[in-house]
Parts: sequence; structure tokens; C-alpha cells
Amino acid sequence: MPKDKKKIDSFFDRLKSRANWVRIETIKIHKIAPETRLASSLSAVEILATLYYGNIIKFNAKNIHAENRDRFIISKGHGSISFYPILADCGYFPKNELLKVCKEGTFLGGIPDSIIPGYETINGSLGHGLGVGCGMALALKRKKRKERVIVLVGDGELYEGSVWEAVMFAFEHKLDNLILIVDNNKVCMLDYCKKILDLAPLADKFKTFKWDVKEIDGHNVRQLFNALTTFKKSNNKRPKVLIANTVKGKGVPRLETDSLSHIKNLTASEADLLIKGLES
Amino acid sequence: MIEKKTMRDCFIDGLYGRMQKDKNIFFLCADFGSPKLDQIREKIGDRFINVGIAEQNLINVATGLAIEGFTVYVYAIAPFLVMRPYEQIRINLALHAQLKKVNVNLIGVGAGLSYDVSGPTHHCLEDITIMRALPHLEVFSPSDWVLAEKFIDYSMQVAKPKYLRFDGKPLPNIYEDASVINIEHGFHELKKGSRVCFVSTGIMTHKALEAAETLKKENIDVGVIDLFLLKQGNMDVLYEALKKYDALITLEEAFINKGGMDSFILFLLNKRSSKIKLRNMGFEASYIFDIGSRDYLYKLNNLDEASIIKNVKDLLLS
Repeated sequence: MPKDKKKIDSFFDRLKSRANWVRIETIKIHKIAPETRLASSLSAVEILATLYYGNIIKFNAKNIHAENRDRFIISKGHGSISFYPILADCGYFPKNELLKVCKEGTFLGGIPDSIIPGYETINGSLGHGLGVGCGMALALKRKKRKERVIVLVGDGELYEGSVWEAVMFAFEHKLDNLILIVDNNKVCMLDYCKKILDLAPLADKFKTFKWDVKEIDGHNVRQLFNALTTFKKSNNKRPKVLIANTVKGKGVPRLETDSLSHIKNLTASEADLLIKGLES
Repeated sequence: MIEKKTMRDCFIDGLYGRMQKDKNIFFLCADFGSPKLDQIREKIGDRFINVGIAEQNLINVATGLAIEGFTVYVYAIAPFLVMRPYEQIRINLALHAQLKKVNVNLIGVGAGLSYDVSGPTHHCLEDITIMRALPHLEVFSPSDWVLAEKFIDYSMQVAKPKYLRFDGKPLPNIYEDASVINIEHGFHELKKGSRVCFVSTGIMTHKALEAAETLKKENIDVGVIDLFLLKQGNMDVLYEALKKYDALITLEEAFINKGGMDSFILFLLNKRSSKIKLRNMGFEASYIFDIGSRDYLYKLNNLDEASIIKNVKDLLLS
């Protein structure tokens, strides 16, 4: 991280512009493959961009099993189509693969699995990532390694009881090398979470389980970067959770206000219009 | 020498020795013990983890450790180990195993009616069916502690998810010399017979041997094949052993006609257009609320020795 203000500002400007590019590419993918879940992929754009373009994650696209990589588990698999352009851009696979999402013969499906270089685990069923992440974090501790495990979940996923089994486990085993990011976009498939089972007060729930908690604006790359950097430096025997308050369908006005955004698609002309707007 | 022991104590005892030498082994449990487990808990504390009564997390944590290269043993009461976290087993073990090495060994204690008087929640009659439904997962169903102990090396060497279906009660050993057992073959012909042969698994192999002994007094020679590893693969070797007979009777302490061991044999015979007659013995599709010993429950469910012998005689007359 640079020291003088000018350089810091330009660092974050670049992060913002990378996020904007990821948003554009995500909409392009959705245009090719309307089967993909657009709204929940868009809420996570800044989170993913900060992790990979903000030097938060240590990764090695040329050696995906390198022992010195941070382990990144995306547990909200459906909502991570925005990760595809980042992986291609970072060199995990050729960029032209992005034109084939959900087409015959590609490995880029509507819900990503670990057949895609860069994905660590199987996705598509919710509530698995944090427990597996606990196992990995414990393994890294026993191997005396400094790498971290970062797990991304959606807020709706927190309804799964298995998540809370893992939450209890993580504190007990002092997994301070585990960072959970909640993409708190507040919308499930059929309604606002608030109207299904209210998750509030979410931060307090984690505090009660003795986790370190930070709550930020999940579309603000500066806040994301600062919170994650602080977490990475902290070896206080506590697991960490970053509640990233986001907007489901961020960047698509029609989706941002729709309680059914999870299952809504864009028409091709809508997508073109949005891309044009974001590119200008 | 014949000695009564539990499969779990022998397995855990053997594993303890391996864990002392091999730092790559983890043992996880869901708040379930055994006298022999105390030594692992006390002396290898950093690789023994009790996750609490949380079977879903048990499987998930085991997965994370296995993906990072550790060999993991997971220990719980059988019905709770395989049915509560079935989706965790499917997604994190079976699916992952297609893409990478995942050496997670699920040790389920209390196969079949081991927990006889504890009622239907503790009975485990579905496990063979549901576990063998998962690709890449091997089902080990030993008949005695010698076999259980012999499996330790195999479990460490074969880096795949496996389900070890252990009886809960101390049982006498059937095998006196472990060196005769070929784990890879998945079965052992304990007794050669003519015309009819039992194909049994787990505790039912004891019942098959007893029935064969009784029939011998009437000069009826029935074969006994102990089937202990259900996996795709060496089916030809098993068929070579089976094809000497006119008729087979499968015996399992599990539901029948639901895809269990009976279906494993049926598929094997069908695939070879075999003319061998087949009868399947086990439990009909009904849970057991009756209270009593295993033998009492066998009697109520037509799985006692008299019923087994009647099936043999029917086949010999047909």
C-alpha cells in the first residue's frame, strides 16, 4: 500500500475501475447465458474485485494448488458469475472461455464448481463453505502455515444450520486465519430476508459467538480494503467476519428495488444499454 | 484363537499406533467415544477433535482437512453419521472425490440392529443402500474384528471416501489368520458348499455360519461367502466364486429390496445373464418398534435360523 495520499487515491480509483469492468463483464456473461444468477453476482462485485485486485488474496494462477496460496471458498456459488472475468483476467484460463458460459463443452456453468481453476470447492448447495473452510484453516494451522482461508457467503445462506455449527467450531479452535465475508444483499429468492426470517441483529449474533466483527459498505472498495487488511494482520485467536452491506442487483436499477431480483433476467437490449452506460 | 471383541476397539487401537508414527492422520468425532479412544484423545490431542453433536460440521471439517492432504477418520453412531449429514457426504466427499484425493473414512458404529433396544432412531437399516448410491464411495461391512483391523492399512492407502459399517456389539472372530483375507477382492469364501450358498455381510455372516453348521448335521452342505467390501470393480472374481452354485441366499441386517447388498448381487448376476436362483433375506420395509434382543427381533422378522434353513430347503426342493 502506497504512503502518499495521491498514490492511495489512485490505488482506489484503479480498484473502482476494475470493479466497474467486472460489472460490465458480468452483464455480458449474463447476456450470453441468461441461466446465470445476475442479481446476486452483482452484489459481490466490489468484494471480489478488492480481494483479487487489491492484493488481499495471495494467489498463483499458474499453480492453482500452490501451498502458499490463500484459500478462497465461494460458498454462495450461484451468485459468483462475477468471479469468472476476474479469474480469466488473472490468468486462470483463457479469456475467450467467457464467451462460452453455459454452452456445450465449456467448464464454465451456471453454478461454478472446482472443475474451474480458481474455485476450491463444490458449489450449488448452500451452507457448506464455512465448515470446509474451518477444516482448511485448521489444517493450515497444524501445518504451521501463514496463509488464510477466506469464505464468501450470502446472507440468505445464514439460514442454514450448518453455518452456525461451523461458527461455534471456528472460535473454539481459535481460527484467526479464517475470514468470513457476508455479502449482505438482504434478498433471498422469494423475498427480502427481513420478511422471511429477520437476520438482524447480524453483527451481534457473531459477536455473541465471540467472532471479530466489522460491518461496512460492501460497494465501497476503500472500506472493503481497509477492513480486510486489518483482519489479515490480526492474530488474536478469533475468527473474523466482515458484514458487507450490499445491494442485490447493484448497477441494474430495475433489479435493485425488486424483491424477486434473484430470479430475474435482463433482455439483450437492456444488457446492451446498461453496458453502454457503465462504459461511458 | 476365538475371542469376542468390538470392531471399533480393534480398529481404533490399531489406528492409535499408526497415529503415533504418522502425523498426517486426524481423528474427528461427534461426541461419541469408546474405551480405546481415550488413548488417542489423551496422547494425540492436537489431532483428535470432538466437533460436538454436529454431524454436518463433522463432515465439512473432515473435508477441509482432507483437501489439505490429511488422512481423516470420522467417528459417530452409524445412523447419525450417514443420515444427518448425507448431503455433506454427497457434496463434499463423493463429488470432490471425482476431482481430487479425499481420504475421509467414516466409521459408523451400530450397524443394523446393534442398538437393539434403543429403537428405530438408533437402528441402521438403510445405510448400505444410501451409501452405495454414491459414486466414488466404498462401503466396508466387516463381519469381525480381525477384518476390521486388517482394513486399517487399506483405509490409509486408498485415498477415497469410505464408509466403515461397524457392528456395535462384541462379536467372536471368524477369521483366525488375517493373511488369508484379500481386501481388494471384497469377499472371502468361508465355506464351500454344494448347490446353495449364503452371501452375507456383517453380523449376518455369523448367522450364516451357524445355519450352515446346523444344516451340515442333516448332510446339507451350504456354502458361505462373507461379502465385506461393496464397491464397483472386482465383480468378476466374485462371480467366479458364485457361479459354482445353483442358488444364492443373501443375508443382511438391513432393509431388502431397496438397493442394498441384495441389489449388488442381483445386478452382478443380471449383468452376466446368470441362471443362478436368488433369494434375499433381511428386513421388509417397516421400522421396528418392538423391544427385545437381536435374536428376538430376527424371529419377529423372519430372519432367525429356522427361517434361513427353511429358505435353503425350499431352494433345494425347487
